[in-house]
Amino acid sequence: MIEGIFVEGLIYGLMVLGVFITFRILDFPDLTVDGSFPLGAAITAVMITNDYGMGITLAVAFAGGAAAGVCTALIHNKLKVPNLLAGILTMTMLWSINIRVLGNRANLPLLRRQTIISDVLELTRGVLPREWALLLFFLLLAFVIKLLLDAFFRTDLGLTLGAMGDNQQMVVNQGVNPEVLKIIGVGLSNALVALSGAFAAQYQGFADVNLGQGIIIAGLASVMIGEFVLRSNKIFALTLRVLIGSICFRGLMYLGRYYGFYINLTPSDLQLITGVLIIVLLAITQLRGQGRWKGVQQQEPATVAPGTTDAGTPVDGGER
Amino acid sequence: MIRIENLSKVFHPGTVNENVALRGVNLTVKEGDFITIVGSNGAGKTTLFNAISGNQPPTDGRIFVNDVDVTRDPEYKRAQYIGRIFQDPLLGTASNMALEDNMMICHRKGFKGLRISLNSRMRRYFREQLVQLEMGLEDRMKDNVGLLSGGQRQALTLLMMVLSEPALILLDEHTAALDPKNASLVLKLTQDFISRFGLTAMMITHNMKDAIEYGNRLLMMDKGEIILDVEGEQKRNLTVEKLVEKFHQIRHRTLESDEVMLSDT
Ligand SMILES: Nc1ncnc2c1ncn2[C@@H]1O[C@H](COP(=O)(O)OP(=O)(O)OP(=O)(O)O)[C@@H](O)[C@H]1O
Ligand SMILES: [Mg+2]
Repeated sequence: MIEGIFVEGLIYGLMVLGVFITFRILDFPDLTVDGSFPLGAAITAVMITNDYGMGITLAVAFAGGAAAGVCTALIHNKLKVPNLLAGILTMTMLWSINIRVLGNRANLPLLRRQTIISDVLELTRGVLPREWALLLFFLLLAFVIKLLLDAFFRTDLGLTLGAMGDNQQMVVNQGVNPEVLKIIGVGLSNALVALSGAFAAQYQGFADVNLGQGIIIAGLASVMIGEFVLRSNKIFALTLRVLIGSICFRGLMYLGRYYGFYINLTPSDLQLITGVLIIVLLAITQLRGQGRWKGVQQQEPATVAPGTTDAGTPVDGGER
Repeated sequence: MIRIENLSKVFHPGTVNENVALRGVNLTVKEGDFITIVGSNGAGKTTLFNAISGNQPPTDGRIFVNDVDVTRDPEYKRAQYIGRIFQDPLLGTASNMALEDNMMICHRKGFKGLRISLNSRMRRYFREQLVQLEMGLEDRMKDNVGLLSGGQRQALTLLMMVLSEPALILLDEHTAALDPKNASLVLKLTQDFISRFGLTAMMITHNMKDAIEYGNRLLMMDKGEIILDVEGEQKRNLTVEKLVEKFHQIRHRTLESDEVMLSDT
């Protein structure tokens, strides 16, 4: 079963990478995720049911997620709506859209269909045991995507995106339109989330409109757990710890699901537990004195002397 | 080069909070000008910069850059040729990113593509440029900028801005948040860069002595108006006393409340 935790952690890890981009890099708390995750799942289930190829299916799911993210960014940019509200709007609209995508139902099973899971198992039959084959495949997949992201954040565009959440004024001062960066960042984030949903649907064998419930909180908890595991400012480590955090989170959820009944927990309590987990993590962060909700500790430069601002500081000092 | 016509800015017009920050300002900035700007708190200096940089649209009036009307251009478009440094050293750099990443972002103005430009050649170039700050920053290129002191950050912001070769630079009390030693260091660097690169600059300062010592032209603002504009010989002969006297002549009131800001002690 340990392999199962890893596989789930890696599949959902793609979603957590998306959450990491908006929440941590862009400082754009985006709630679209709860809608774009099932969107990816729905698109995938419908396209597989209609015998589309795997490549095009994943591409459409990716693009669908990107479109959802772009929608949120546009609502925020053009109507000057706070980013939280923009995300909730898109998420809410997506619920209806997802039911449409699924063909006016809430649920679409993928039993006995050819999925990426069956493809992988087919390919490795007799070579690797089932669980290990899937683990290897998703490990490879998650790492390729992680490395592509790392490369992206080293490009000029990626660096500028990185500065965006930190200091928007600086980005504007470089002659870059921050609205365009938000569209790119939130779009990319939700594309990853939808891709994650696409794999999750195939792994679980169904798509469901309610698949997205609590996804954002799960993503956030994973990001925060990762930050406890590893401290760094290198993009390689930052994305790595996102995946590690996701696996740890799935492990915790597994424990909750399978051993929780000893203390009378039911699966429906998991959302509560996740929320409490986040609160505990936040509290520990506070206690450690790192203050910021952003989780990235910010030292103020030692020699900035506020309070010398209104009376002109004499340049050569001393004389009076 | 920059022509400002009848620029005004009214905050909260038509309410009890109505506040006229600029009243019909006219100004022509010639290429190569280094203008220092003084004026009491609330005189409208920052508001003038905000209007020029596009950070806040003016209520009325027009701004021309090389005879092109840019009054309605968004801030990021004007940033292509206008460099701006704020009083707060945190605003010029991204704290959570390495020094070299910051320099890369500021290397060229405008939209960035999917190229990876930060290579060893670029790092060598950055290193050479950092040496002239004489702060040892060339050995800290992998450090997060958040670890630098305010003076170092402001010097870095200045360097990065100069390297992108803006047509006009706006300095808004950019040394006011620094301790005296760092402030004079950054000011020297500013002067040095401006003369070496032949930049056109506008610098707001609350230090009268600096305003007189630096630049070729001095503006004094009060209550949203430019009340004094001196340059050349006239500016060179200015002293703090003469400046205070001039203010008195023009405004027929003394600088009691502004004593602090206008004094050089
Ligand atoms: N965003 C704003 N909303 C409302 N009023 C504003 C705003 N910004 C500035 N003002 C007002 O406009 C006037 C001019 O302010 P401004 O910041 O330009 O002054 P300043 O000359 O830069 O002063 P200081 O030396 O204190 O920086 C002030 O009365 C100020 O209260
Ligand atoms: Mg000001």
